[in-house]
Amino acid sequence: MTKDIREDIAWAKINQDVLKSLETPRPAYWVILAVALSVFGVGLGCEIYQYQMGMGVSNLDNPHAWALYIGSFIFWIGMSHSGTLLSAILHIMHADWRKPIYRFAEAMTTFSLITAALFVAVHLGRVWQIYYALPYPNERWAWPNWQSPLLWDAMAVFTYLSSSMIFLYVGMIPDLAICRDNMHSGWRKKLYTLMALGWEGTDRQWRNFRMTYLTVACFLIPLAVSVHSIVSTDFAVSQQPGMHVTSFPPYFVAGALYSGCAAIISLFIILRYVFRFEEYMTLPILRKVVRLTFAIAMVWTYLNCVEFAATWYGHDPAEKAVLVQKAIGPYAPFFWTMIFCGSVVPFAMMVKKWQTSIPIMFAVSLLLNLGMFLERWMIISPTLSHDYWPWQWDHNQWPSMIQWGIVFGSFGFFVTLFMVFCKVFPSVSMYEVKEMVYHRSLHSKKAESAAPEGFVAEELAVKGAN
Amino acid sequence: MSKRYLLALYNNFEEAEQVVRELRTSSIQGFNAADDMVIKSPIEHPEVEEFIGPKPVKVQWFTLFGATLIGSLGFLWVASTQANFFSQMKGGKPIVPIPPDMVLTYEFFILGGVYITVLGFLVCAGLPARRSPLYSAKVSEDQIGIMVKAEEGATTALKGIFAKHKALEIQEEVGR
Repeated sequence: MTKDIREDIAWAKINQDVLKSLETPRPAYWVILAVALSVFGVGLGCEIYQYQMGMGVSNLDNPHAWALYIGSFIFWIGMSHSGTLLSAILHIMHADWRKPIYRFAEAMTTFSLITAALFVAVHLGRVWQIYYALPYPNERWAWPNWQSPLLWDAMAVFTYLSSSMIFLYVGMIPDLAICRDNMHSGWRKKLYTLMALGWEGTDRQWRNFRMTYLTVACFLIPLAVSVHSIVSTDFAVSQQPGMHVTSFPPYFVAGALYSGCAAIISLFIILRYVFRFEEYMTLPILRKVVRLTFAIAMVWTYLNCVEFAATWYGHDPAEKAVLVQKAIGPYAPFFWTMIFCGSVVPFAMMVKKWQTSIPIMFAVSLLLNLGMFLERWMIISPTLSHDYWPWQWDHNQWPSMIQWGIVFGSFGFFVTLFMVFCKVFPSVSMYEVKEMVYHRSLHSKKAESAAPEGFVAEELAVKGAN
Repeated sequence: MSKRYLLALYNNFEEAEQVVRELRTSSIQGFNAADDMVIKSPIEHPEVEEFIGPKPVKVQWFTLFGATLIGSLGFLWVASTQANFFSQMKGGKPIVPIPPDMVLTYEFFILGGVYITVLGFLVCAGLPARRSPLYSAKVSEDQIGIMVKAEEGATTALKGIFAKHKALEIQEEVGR
């Protein structure tokens, strides 16, 4: 198969295939859901235990107060990036191969942001006082410090979460109308009827829809970049050695895109199998995503080199000590695993044959995400365990099982939300796949009528293969 | 005289385009193509706009208004909380620090832009809406619908045009 999608798929069949995914997935769906729920249960149990016993059970201490919780927060924020950002960029650039895969990528954004937001509460310890984070004045009318990056962060994440949800929902309205028209009575029918808002596909609705979708996409691109660069200022604006780095904002954005793309590959492969989407989530589309991921991996690798070189050739002994600690200290195994997973493993994506190999790409995408998770941990723990003064050195800090349990639980939470979403809402955009099929078939017909006989088929085959 | 609604379904855009062009050039009494015709399609098809004629989109004005308003209000809110009478001593630093406030203003700007754009979409697209008098689920699947509203006396001529272009189905209903 060389084309992104078959051009002769009937529109009715697209509806039928996608609607079928809402009813009868493969049994693997239920297995994944059950495992995710169990893992989430473990995390929930650990959080309840931590809530009752206090933060001591997580083995966090002063000055090592962040560790895996904030590392996971950055990881989940980062993972949220590729969904909406790539969807918006590719939409503006008219890259129509995004159409079969953007819906689940946007859902991934929404759920990973929700998961990230949980860690803000988890790492506070006093969860019942989470409302302190809201911007409201105290009894002396002093407001929170608006100059703090933590407050910018809250604002940016809230804006990104709500805008991403809106982007996801607006893009789904025509599909919800299809669901409304095809579902038998029951709670689903009521839900789709309510959410479709009476959509009928009139020219007036499409005209305004197109403008809205494009405008929101234009807003989301700078927003997504701002979110992760603001998250990076939580660290870069501080004076901590290893965190006070000028290149952190682009480094964070590249890392976020990288982990998001890797997650898209993993979820692409899972959804393709469990919902029988082989005709829509095709291997040529997988190849495009893989190539994009490889390009971002190289950007991330370059920015890593910039950071290391700036530290090594700089004149700050504390900065250099943290870097050396990372490379040969207690965190060395994780640091080198991060380098291996983030900078060496992606070279597997250069092998053309492997780019469309499902098992290899699945394994590679998981390794990339492991590398990106370690990267976030390596931003936080080595610095906090080796600060400016010897009394702050805390090399033996190791996250407790409770901390690990909550982090694993977050993966279960994310997968549960994501899989439930894909079962309730169409994870492939039906109307956009129809557009893709329609425009590509028109293009082929035009090319066929314009070119000499035999030439077009040959040219299209070459284009598809590339 | 009561209005009647007609909905004709076609297999593809080419057929629908021919019908629309003929309806626009026809002079049937009791039917005005500019106001009384709606095209329903399963996909967004920009070429539809070419054959039904130019129609304005005003969503972008909502965007401009929303982004500017919410961005400005956001900045005023943050600045006013910093400059209130009971604010803590700043030790010579600016009462309203512009660079950090710009970060928040930027986020408010985007927040307002997105929210009000979507509000504008709902207003301009007429959503949420009740089901129109004639609707076929086939339109959300693979057929193109042309719905017209006309005086009772014009329906025969309109049906004739629909039938001439081989409509797959013609539905009719008395309007409200």
